[in-house]
Amino acid sequence: MSETRIHQEYVVSGNNFASAGSASEEVKSTLKKIGVASSDIRRVAIAMYEGEINMVIHAGGGVATVDIYLDRVEIVLADKGKGIENVELAMTPGWSTAPEDIRALGFGAGMGLPNMKKYTDEFSIESEVGVGTTVRMTIRFG
Amino acid sequence: MTVEGLVDLLGARIVNLADGERVLTAGYCGDFLSFVMSKAPEGCAWFTVMSNVNVCAVATLADCAVVVLCEGVTPDAALAEKVKQQDVNLVTTGMTVYEAALATAGRL
Repeated sequence: MSETRIHQEYVVSGNNFASAGSASEEVKSTLKKIGVASSDIRRVAIAMYEGEINMVIHAGGGVATVDIYLDRVEIVLADKGKGIENVELAMTPGWSTAPEDIRALGFGAGMGLPNMKKYTDEFSIESEVGVGTTVRMTIRFG
Repeated sequence: MTVEGLVDLLGARIVNLADGERVLTAGYCGDFLSFVMSKAPEGCAWFTVMSNVNVCAVATLADCAVVVLCEGVTPDAALAEKVKQQDVNLVTTGMTVYEAALATAGRL
């Protein structure tokens, strides 16, 4: 396993759409600085932003932990929200439980989790109703 | 075509022009942010009617060259402020999304 180059932790606050995306923007800027290819940065940005938004909308916030290695990025998104009743259903493109006011903001297309899976090389989700959800993602460079 | 060229072509109003010389690579029309994130090509002109602050985050993360708010929509105060902070190009037009995309198509 290659050595960690950068370790970052972000607290994502719930129901704060004004600051949603700031953690993803910071990670993107870090990856750009260390010279990661833009196609890889884009995959990280998409996966992380979707995860951030999910925590804002559904979980009242959470913590994003990002470890950047020489050959990959590992992201862990952990929240203590209400959990996901049916993970398989939540993974279905187009399935959404976002309320109308959230949809009016342009979210809730039901593409969040499918996008996260699509743009990452490894994706896992553990969720327990009433306890919370943890998403783990790995994006390999190149 | 550059972002400035697009502004002239559409007769668009400038909200923020951080890099008018940036060359447009493509166009993308859409309002659901997850679709935009995953499908808008890098360097594109993004035509939308979404006007809230999250538009700035999506434009930054997807690396859109310019956001074109169509249908006479204007950015809310938070978005207008954020695009200035983040150096995101954002313009508005009274054209519909279809009209703006049609005017741009084949000219990039």
